[in-house]
Amino acid sequence: MFAVSNAPIDVVQMQRGLEATGTGAVVCFEGRVRDRNDGRAVDGLSYQAYVELAEAEGRRIVDEARDKFAVGHIVCVHRIGDLALGDVAVWAGVSAAHRAAAFDACRYLIDQVKARVPIWKREHYVEGSSEWLHPEAE
Amino acid sequence: MKYRLLYFASLCDAAGCAEETVASEATDPSALYTELATRHGFTFTPDRLRVAVNGAFTDWNHRLADNDEVVFLPPVSGG
Repeated sequence: MFAVSNAPIDVVQMQRGLEATGTGAVVCFEGRVRDRNDGRAVDGLSYQAYVELAEAEGRRIVDEARDKFAVGHIVCVHRIGDLALGDVAVWAGVSAAHRAAAFDACRYLIDQVKARVPIWKREHYVEGSSEWLHPEAE
Repeated sequence: MKYRLLYFASLCDAAGCAEETVASEATDPSALYTELATRHGFTFTPDRLRVAVNGAFTDWNHRLADNDEVVFLPPVSGG
């Protein structure tokens, strides 16, 4: 599943979504709000999404991961709204029979979500200003 | 024709609104973006944007219909 959430991400609840008897490996990634970016001191982030399309594109990525890797469950949630330092901005978890597929699928998920899903972050800087980030394609 | 536009991130800031309905002679997103960029002072060139119509990604030559919802998506920065 993929979802965009206004509410804080409950990591324990997310992990429960990965439980299955055939699972020998669970890999989870948490993206958290960091206190610096590009040399500037950051004291918070705001995320905005085009929710309808973000959830559709996120579900496409989950389906792709399921096709590419031998995995069991996939759970991915991205926060929107105002976040403080240390808050979980994105959570991606994968269960699989074996660790290699779980690591590979989790890496695929987070990389594709960052590159494709219509979500934007606004950084709030310690010195008072803020700006939207629109990175060049890598 | 009339189109409903949604704006996100810095395009929302530049337009001064999150959505608007516009009357336009444009029949594809390419012509519509040129019009709106002039009106709102958008600085992105189209090659840096993606376009969505009625909630699905599409291309710049997509034939628009009356009352379509059109969104120009600036480079994303989730994660």
